[in-house]
Amino acid sequence: MEKQRFSPMGDSAVRVSFGEGISKEINNRIRGFAELLRKAGIKGIREWTPSYTAVTVYYDPCEKKYSEITAELEELYRKLEETELPPAKRVIVPVCYEGEFAPDLEDVANHNGLSTDEVVSIHKGGDYLIYMLGFTPGFPYMGGMAPKIATPRLEVPRSHVPAGSVGIAGEQTGIYSLDTPGGWRIIGRTPLVLYDSKRENPSLFEAGDHVSFRAISTEEYEDIKKQVEAGEYEVEYETVD
Amino acid sequence: MSEPVIQVEKPGLLTTIQDAGRAGYQQYGIVVSGAMDPFAVRAANLLAGNKETEAALEVTMMGPKLKFLKDTVIAIGGADLSASVDGREIPPWKSVLVKKDEVLSFGVPKSGVRAYLAVAGGINSEPLLGSRSTYLKAGMGGIEGRELYKGDILEGGVPGAPLKNLAGRVLKADMLPDYQGGRRIRVVPGPDDWAFTDEGTEAFYSGEYELTRDVDRMGYRLSGPVVEHKDKADILSDAVTMGTVQVPSSGQPIILLADRQTSGGYTRIGTVISVDLPLLAQMHSGSTIMFERISVEKAQELYRNREKALKKLALAAGI
Repeated sequence: MEKQRFSPMGDSAVRVSFGEGISKEINNRIRGFAELLRKAGIKGIREWTPSYTAVTVYYDPCEKKYSEITAELEELYRKLEETELPPAKRVIVPVCYEGEFAPDLEDVANHNGLSTDEVVSIHKGGDYLIYMLGFTPGFPYMGGMAPKIATPRLEVPRSHVPAGSVGIAGEQTGIYSLDTPGGWRIIGRTPLVLYDSKRENPSLFEAGDHVSFRAISTEEYEDIKKQVEAGEYEVEYETVD
Repeated sequence: MSEPVIQVEKPGLLTTIQDAGRAGYQQYGIVVSGAMDPFAVRAANLLAGNKETEAALEVTMMGPKLKFLKDTVIAIGGADLSASVDGREIPPWKSVLVKKDEVLSFGVPKSGVRAYLAVAGGINSEPLLGSRSTYLKAGMGGIEGRELYKGDILEGGVPGAPLKNLAGRVLKADMLPDYQGGRRIRVVPGPDDWAFTDEGTEAFYSGEYELTRDVDRMGYRLSGPVVEHKDKADILSDAVTMGTVQVPSSGQPIILLADRQTSGGYTRIGTVISVDLPLLAQMHSGSTIMFERISVEKAQELYRNREKALKKLALAAGI
């Protein structure tokens, strides 16, 4: 059965589909649609969440019936074809791949028949795309990791993984946004704070952002951490061509 | 303006601060939380002379013992957990005056699971991203992100009117929820209804499902006829909402509720309609339900009717 462009998710949300599978092209259109939604300021829309293949729009059924909201979203959908997308941004994330910050780096290297230097070089050389945020607040689901450093999760998850830990689970890589239990193989840590409820925008990332990693020393880690804590660190961004 | 209004003498089984939830940040993966019975917390607030979005206490099964630190007006909505103040019975859905040093306690649960205690002026804990709701798993909101402990002192806001004007309000009979008769849970199909065989879909809408022991604020695991998938049960992680029914490969449905994560990776057969969420919130392990298909149009009509009734209540209460 062919899937619908619009499908209701209960009485107060509608899912807008952009296709099937993980692709940069779909992600780009989703980012564009979210941008159009933001600009349109449609009455009755409460919020929306982008995912790999869809944008789910939460709305107030007292303001808009299902037929009305889908008609307005259909119009935005059509507008998307003729809209030039603003360029995506790339967030530069400093990561220390050393010592206590990287307890599983050697396992990842052994698993893939590489040296630890090679693993770091492959990991930091990648261009990653954030398809969605979730799992915990501000946690990025990223695509783009080289399969040659893919490593299965730990058999027994750790009961405590510090926020900022950079990990590998299968062919995915991610960054823990909170101190939580977790089974990803930890190969480094960033001093950046991914989630802070006191910031105007609590999440460092948005869906559709690109991420690249910059390797830093332990000294630099401590230095940036101090700046972050003092609210003085300026996160580095680039425009994605 | 805020001053101490309640001291916790016994915390009860699970008592948390909840309001309408931390909406607006789901795209960043921030869990909504909020009251499990959204109608009860709103109605209790209105009866106590508050805006419906104020924070109240969600009391679960075995209620707490709470001492009032000043004269105030309270209203309890939702479950009937045999509340009383210094021996005086406090029925649900009615605002009553309580005096400084009086103690509210709860007894045997008579009907339902979750009661909402609204206090005139609302509970004034520190808001986080626009909400006071407690999300226990991430330690967010409420008091230090946790359930209430013995000795906690809760601050309250300024009542909306003189106390004597606030006391004695009741919910009209036609607005009283019928928690007893709620075995039928209505569902809008989608977005992954294509993922199931005809037999699986038929089983879902005709079978009887029991709430397992695995029921909490995050969601309810059900047990009953297997809902068969055509192919696979996993999807790319995608959005969910309150009431979304996921079916993992076991074929046993899971209903996602207040503390659900913002996305999930299992096929979604449908979503429970807003007006039926309170029925679920008031059920416990062992309760049985049946799902019934409803169109999104009909569900929205029911939603609008409920909102109209709440608006009338607010107008009558002068809010």
